[in-house]
Amino acid sequence: MTSSFPKETWNSRIGIILAVSGSAVGLGNFLRFPGLASKHGGGAFMLAYFISFLIIGLSICWAEWAMGRAGGQKGYNSSPGILGAITGRKNLKYLGVLGVLVPVMIYMYYVYIEAWCLGYAVNFMAGNLEFQSGDEASAFFGSFVGISDNGAAFGFGIKQVGFFLVAVFILNFFLIYRGLSRGIELFCKYAMPALIILALVVLVRVMTLGTPDPGNPDLNVSNGLGYMWNPTKVLLEEQTVGGDWQKVREIVGERSLSNAVQEASTSPRMRVREISLPEQLTNFQLWLDAAGQIFFSLSIGFGVIINYASYLKRKDDVVLSGLAATSANEFCEVGLGGLMTVPAAFTFLGIAGATGSTLGLGFNALPMVFSSMPAGQLFGFLFFFLLFLAAVTSSLSMLQPGIAFLEESMEIGRHRSVAVLGFITAIGSGFVVYFSKDLKALDTIDFWVGTFLIFVLATVQIIIFGWVIGIKRGLKMANQGASFPVPKIYGFIMKFITPAFLLTIFALWTTQNVFGYNIITGQQEYSSYWKDLFIEPNGVARFSVLLIIIVASFIAFLATIANKFKFQNEGENKS
Amino acid sequence: MNLGGWIIMLISVGSVTSLFCWCIYKVLLTPEQEGDIHRFEIETPDTEHK
Repeated sequence: MTSSFPKETWNSRIGIILAVSGSAVGLGNFLRFPGLASKHGGGAFMLAYFISFLIIGLSICWAEWAMGRAGGQKGYNSSPGILGAITGRKNLKYLGVLGVLVPVMIYMYYVYIEAWCLGYAVNFMAGNLEFQSGDEASAFFGSFVGISDNGAAFGFGIKQVGFFLVAVFILNFFLIYRGLSRGIELFCKYAMPALIILALVVLVRVMTLGTPDPGNPDLNVSNGLGYMWNPTKVLLEEQTVGGDWQKVREIVGERSLSNAVQEASTSPRMRVREISLPEQLTNFQLWLDAAGQIFFSLSIGFGVIINYASYLKRKDDVVLSGLAATSANEFCEVGLGGLMTVPAAFTFLGIAGATGSTLGLGFNALPMVFSSMPAGQLFGFLFFFLLFLAAVTSSLSMLQPGIAFLEESMEIGRHRSVAVLGFITAIGSGFVVYFSKDLKALDTIDFWVGTFLIFVLATVQIIIFGWVIGIKRGLKMANQGASFPVPKIYGFIMKFITPAFLLTIFALWTTQNVFGYNIITGQQEYSSYWKDLFIEPNGVARFSVLLIIIVASFIAFLATIANKFKFQNEGENKS
Repeated sequence: MNLGGWIIMLISVGSVTSLFCWCIYKVLLTPEQEGDIHRFEIETPDTEHK
């Protein structure tokens, strides 16, 4: 049965803005963004980043908000229902299946990472994380998450992830069980301001670190910020036998520069070279990384915004709300994350400590940094508790689309749908946590769902908005009740530029990261994800993909048989 | 950090912070539409069936 307005609603406009921004703010804001910006040189990266924000971020965000609210007015809160109802094309509900599959599958491994954050916070508080070397930090991480062997993560001591996993799982479902406004909204109303305050406290600590090691004056906060934000990169390079110049190391700080110049003067095959901002902008990988960061950071293509917006009322301002939620995410990412983690890691560990993967920076380098700084036990706790809050607000948003879908497809209430989803995600999370060796299951699902399918879903959504609904009708939907309209130029951007930009990025990303084709050098080697499935089969990777297929089939089956999804004519349904 | 780094950092951080503050200002001070009053929804489909 459909109604003329959504059954559950948000309690306040600020509530949904905090809930959506809470969904977007996660580990990527504090760990992935600073790593990418420093890798590519702040100036060039930020230029590509802001262009991607305007073309991809705002476009898809407004499209999702508008479609979600329109679907909610037709009585649907799940992605299959919304896409079917607002387009009047019943087969589009199958594309909407992605809007349920993506958040549910991501939740299965995200809750595991959420437990790491809580575990690290508690262990910092207990004084268990005072590392003297990188090997100690790596060993603790490996033992904590059970990286050595399958099944090793199921330990329940304070230095193992098991207890924390159970705790965060219960917390998430307790909040979801309480409902939209009494659970998600209420938690985000307190968690998001608390997260920002904690980040500001840690930021002040980082900015006042000075030069911790007087014997190595180049390692200071100013150079840490320079490593992150300087528009040019300075490299020491060596000429190979073939005549090409290869990077020996990056140089940051006057003393390092002086040493490098001296080193280069001793050999004609060595040189110190400054890479300018325009030269960096010609690097294709920089654009790919900037667009990818905008994409993954804003929670677009997750199926979350479209679900959250479906609980709005007819005249709620989605243009302002969308912009506000997006700007909150950007503030946390650029204004807080960009000043905090990489400068801190550089100040204590140098360039080697400030580079590396997101998890490497977060769970190896930064614990060492906090171990080394005065009052590090307290600041380590605050930082990881901040990450934990960010993770909870994100994981809650991953559950709500599944809850809405089960309520609609099985015609059951919230309590029963929470039980069903709890059962499904417990099995999925159990699978991911059991196969913890080398984090294979987590890594595989993250790649195929958390990266690949997100691209697909976002592309589907913007094409439906611009081409199926039509840009005129779409913008009219978005502007209803808005205190200011979507700028007119976005009609053109959302119809042509965003899909073209997305499809280009997606094609290049797939070429490079799936088929392993290096566009610059022309060399090819299949990615490990492809090899795991088809060339050098890996059982865990194959089972992980099978799990994705099983869950997708289950959702598609429910979408097929559900009475509520039996749409008939365009713009109408049978109910 | 060199002068270029300072400029880029200040522009980047300043622009996102200004946008965020402006949005919060607009959200808090713009009155909601008439007839658009939210209510605190306690009732869920489960309770409805009882």
